[in-house]
Amino acid sequence: MDQFYGIFLYIISLLTMGGIYAILALGLNIQWGFTGLFNAGIAGFFAIGAYVSAILTTAPSLRHLGGYELPYVVSFAAAMVVSGIIAWAVGKVCLKLRADYLAIATIGIAEIFRLILKNETWATNGPRGVSMIPKPFETLPEPWNHLCFLGLILAVIVVIYLLLETARNSPWGRVMTAIRENEKSAMAAGKDIEKFRMEAFVAGCMLMALAGAFIAHYLKFIGPNATDPLTSTFLVWVMLVVGGSANNRGAILGAFLMWTIWSASEILTSRLPDELAIRTAYIRIFLIGLALQIFLQRFPKGIFPEVRPKPERRQSVSDGVTDNATSR
Amino acid sequence: MSNSELQTVLELDQIIGGYGDTQILHGVSMRVDPGEIVVIIGPNGAGKSTAMKAVFGLLNLSGGKVRLNGEDITNMPPDQVVHHGVCYVPQTSNIFPSLTVEENLEMGAFVRTDDFRPRLQELYDIFPPLAEKRRQAAGTLSGGQRQMVAMAKAMMLEPQILLLDEPTAGLSPKYRGEIFAIVKTVNATGTPILMVEQNAKQALKIANRGYVLVDGKNKFEGSGHDLLEDAEVAEMFLGGGAPP
Amino acid sequence: MMEFINFYLIPGLVLGSIYALGAIGITLTFSILRFANFAHGETMLLGVYITYSLVQFSGVHPLIALPFGALLTVIVVLGIDRAFYKPFRNSPTIMVVIASFGMMLMVRSMVQFIWGVQLKGMTQGIQRPMIFFDSLRISPKHITIIGAAIVLMLAVHYLLSRTKIGKAMRAMSDSPELAKLTGIDTEKVVRMTWIVGGALATAAGVFLAIDTHIDTNMGFKMLLPMFAAAILGGIGRPFGAVAGGLVIGIVEEISSYPWIGVEPLLNPGYKAGVAFAIMIGMLLWRPSGLFKGKVF
Repeated sequence: MDQFYGIFLYIISLLTMGGIYAILALGLNIQWGFTGLFNAGIAGFFAIGAYVSAILTTAPSLRHLGGYELPYVVSFAAAMVVSGIIAWAVGKVCLKLRADYLAIATIGIAEIFRLILKNETWATNGPRGVSMIPKPFETLPEPWNHLCFLGLILAVIVVIYLLLETARNSPWGRVMTAIRENEKSAMAAGKDIEKFRMEAFVAGCMLMALAGAFIAHYLKFIGPNATDPLTSTFLVWVMLVVGGSANNRGAILGAFLMWTIWSASEILTSRLPDELAIRTAYIRIFLIGLALQIFLQRFPKGIFPEVRPKPERRQSVSDGVTDNATSR
Repeated sequence: MSNSELQTVLELDQIIGGYGDTQILHGVSMRVDPGEIVVIIGPNGAGKSTAMKAVFGLLNLSGGKVRLNGEDITNMPPDQVVHHGVCYVPQTSNIFPSLTVEENLEMGAFVRTDDFRPRLQELYDIFPPLAEKRRQAAGTLSGGQRQMVAMAKAMMLEPQILLLDEPTAGLSPKYRGEIFAIVKTVNATGTPILMVEQNAKQALKIANRGYVLVDGKNKFEGSGHDLLEDAEVAEMFLGGGAPP
Repeated sequence: MMEFINFYLIPGLVLGSIYALGAIGITLTFSILRFANFAHGETMLLGVYITYSLVQFSGVHPLIALPFGALLTVIVVLGIDRAFYKPFRNSPTIMVVIASFGMMLMVRSMVQFIWGVQLKGMTQGIQRPMIFFDSLRISPKHITIIGAAIVLMLAVHYLLSRTKIGKAMRAMSDSPELAKLTGIDTEKVVRMTWIVGGALATAAGVFLAIDTHIDTNMGFKMLLPMFAAAILGGIGRPFGAVAGGLVIGIVEEISSYPWIGVEPLLNPGYKAGVAFAIMIGMLLWRPSGLFKGKVF
C-alpha cells in the first residue's frame, strides 16, 4: 500500500512540475510559435518571477530582503509585472533587429540576472538562496495539500489556454501569423510590427514569471542554481518544438511528455553507481538535444501541427520549407 | 568554332514557370544567335526579368526547354549554368561593395582554373575607369561605374552569352548612354548579349533583334529597327519617352 | 600607475586577445552563414579538451599540441555543420540558430561526459613574471599568448585579403546570392569559414586555459563577450571583432580598478556584465558597430 501511495505522490509531483513547464511552454509559444521571436533566456524570466514572489511572501529573515508577507495574488501579479517591465526594456533594444539579436540579448539578461542573484546577498541571500517560502494549501492534510496545489496549476493552465485560444482566433492572432510568415507584406499592410512583437514578447515573459512564482512556492526554496539555467531554457524549447509550435495544445502536451521522460530517465540513471550516474546525467542532456535536432529536421511541425484560425493565401517561403522537410 | 557560328547560342522554347504557385511565364520563346544583342521589352510585370532568371536556373520551370548551344540546360542550378559559360548581371546588388574593383573582377573569374591576369588586363583596356580605380572598394563608385564593374566581372569568364537585367535602371540619362555604349563595346568583342530593358527606345537602337513580352507571352518580335518603326509597338511601349 | 598596468591593463590585453580570436569566428559565421552561432563557445570548449588530452598523452607544450587539437576540433565542427546545419541552408536562418542553440548543450554535455567536470590545468607549476624597466612585470605566458594571438590575426588578414578563398569569403559575406550567381563555390566558402572559426576558437580556448584553468563552463562564459566584441566591431568585420575583443577585455579588467577611493569601481562579481552592457549600449546607439558592419 505504501508503495502505491509513493507512486501516487510521484505522479502528482510529475503533473505539478509538468504543469509548471506547460506554463513556460505556453509563454514561449506566444513568442516563438505565434510571433517568431527567439527567447534564449527563459530561465532568466522564470527566475525573476520566482524571486519576486518569494521575497514578497516570506516571513522576515535576516538573510535576505523580505518580511512583506503579502498575499499570493499580489506577489504573483508583482512577479508578472516586474518580468513584463524587464521584457519591455529588452524588447525596446532588440525587436527592431533580426531574431538572432534578441536571442543573444535574452541569454545575456538571464546571465546578468544570475550575477545579481549571486552578488546582491543582502536581497537574495546569494548562492544559498531564499528558503522557507510559503506554499499555498500547505496547511491542508496530505495528500490534499499536493492535490490542491496541482489543481490550482491545472486551473491556471486551462485559463491561460482559453485566453490564448481566444487571442489566436482574434484579429490580433491573425496579424501575428501574418508578421511571422511575411514581415514585409504585413508591414506594407500598415501593421506596426514592432508593437505587435512587443506585446507578444512581454506577454510571454509574464507567463514565464508566473511559472517561476509557482516553482518557488512549490519547492519552498529558490536559489540561483536551483536549476541549471541553460538546461531549463533548453528543456522548454524542446517541449515546444516536440509538442508543436504555434499550437497551444501541442505546447501543453510537449511539456507533460518531455517532463515525464526527463524525470523518469533521471530515476533510471540515479540507480546506477555514483560515478556512472553523474556521467549519464550528461548523456540525458545530450539525448534531449539530439531529440530537438531530429524534430527540427524531420518533424518541424511537432506532434500537434499548427492549425490556422482561418485559411488564408498560402505564403510560399516558409510553407515550402516545412513541407519538404516532412515529406522526406 | 566555325560550327558555333551557325548555331543558335541560347534558345528558350515555350517555357512555362514562376515562383511557388504563381505562374508568370505562360509559354515564352526566344533565341539569341552568335554575335547578337537581343533586347526584351514589355510592360511591368510582363515576366521580362523572370524569363531571364529562368535561363539561369533561378526558378522552377514546369514546361518548355532552355538550350545552350543545343545542349539542354533547363532547370540547371545557377553555379552549373555559370560553368557552362552563361553569365548573369542582376539588376540590383550586382557587385560586392566591400571588395575592391580588382577583387570583384577576380571573383568573376572564380570558376577559372587558368591564369586570369591577361583577361583582367583586356577588360581594363575596355573599361579604363576601372583600371584607375582598381584598388578602390567597389561600393564607393558611382552608379554607372558600379554597372561597369558588374559587367566586367561577368566578362571575366569570357562567357558564351551575357545576360543583363535592366542595366540602366536608376541611372541618369547621361549614364544610360554610357552603359549602352559599353554594351556595344562588349558585344563587339564577340559576346552575344540578352538584355531586359525599360528604356526601350534606346535599347532597340543598339539591338539586332527584340522581343516584346506581355502577360508572360510573346507579343511581338522582330529586328530592333522593325520594332522601333512598328506603329503598334511604338504606341504601346515607346510613346512616353522616358519610362517612370 | 605600475600596479594599474601590471594587474589591470596587461591582463585586460591578454583577455582581450582571447576574446578577439573567438569573436573573429562569430563575426565570420554571422556574416557568411548569416546566423548567430550559439555553439561557438562550446567549439572553444571542445578544442580545449581535445588539446588537453593531446598534451596529457604526448607531454608536449600546449602550443605545440594546439595545431593538432585545432585540426581535430575542425573535423568535428565540419561534421556538425554537415549533419545539423546544412539541412537548413535554404530555410529561414532562425532554424539554424535553434539548431546551434541545441548544439551548444549537446557539445557541452558530451565534453562533460567524456572528460568529467573537475577543474583541470593546462600547464603545471607557477611561472615567475619577467620584470622590465624595474617595475613592469609580465609573465611569460602572457607574452606567449599576446604574441601567438598577433601571429594568428596576421594570418587571418593574409587569408582574407590575399587568397582566393579568403576573398570569396568576403564576397559571400557581402552578398550570398550574388556569390552563387558568380559561380563561387559557396559550400567551399562555408567549409573554410568553419575551419577558420574552429581553429581560432580552439586557439582562444587554449590560451585562456594557459592563462587560467580548464572547466566545462568556460565556453559559455566566453559566449557573451565574444558576441559583444563582434557586435561592437560590426558584424562581418573581422578586424572590428579584434578591436571589439580588445576593448571588452580591457574594460572588463579595468572596471574593477579602484578608480575612486580604495574600493573596486565595479564589484568584480559583475565583470561578466560589462560585455553585456557594452553590447546593449552598442545595439541602442549604433547596431552596425564601430566599423560599419552589417545589421540584419
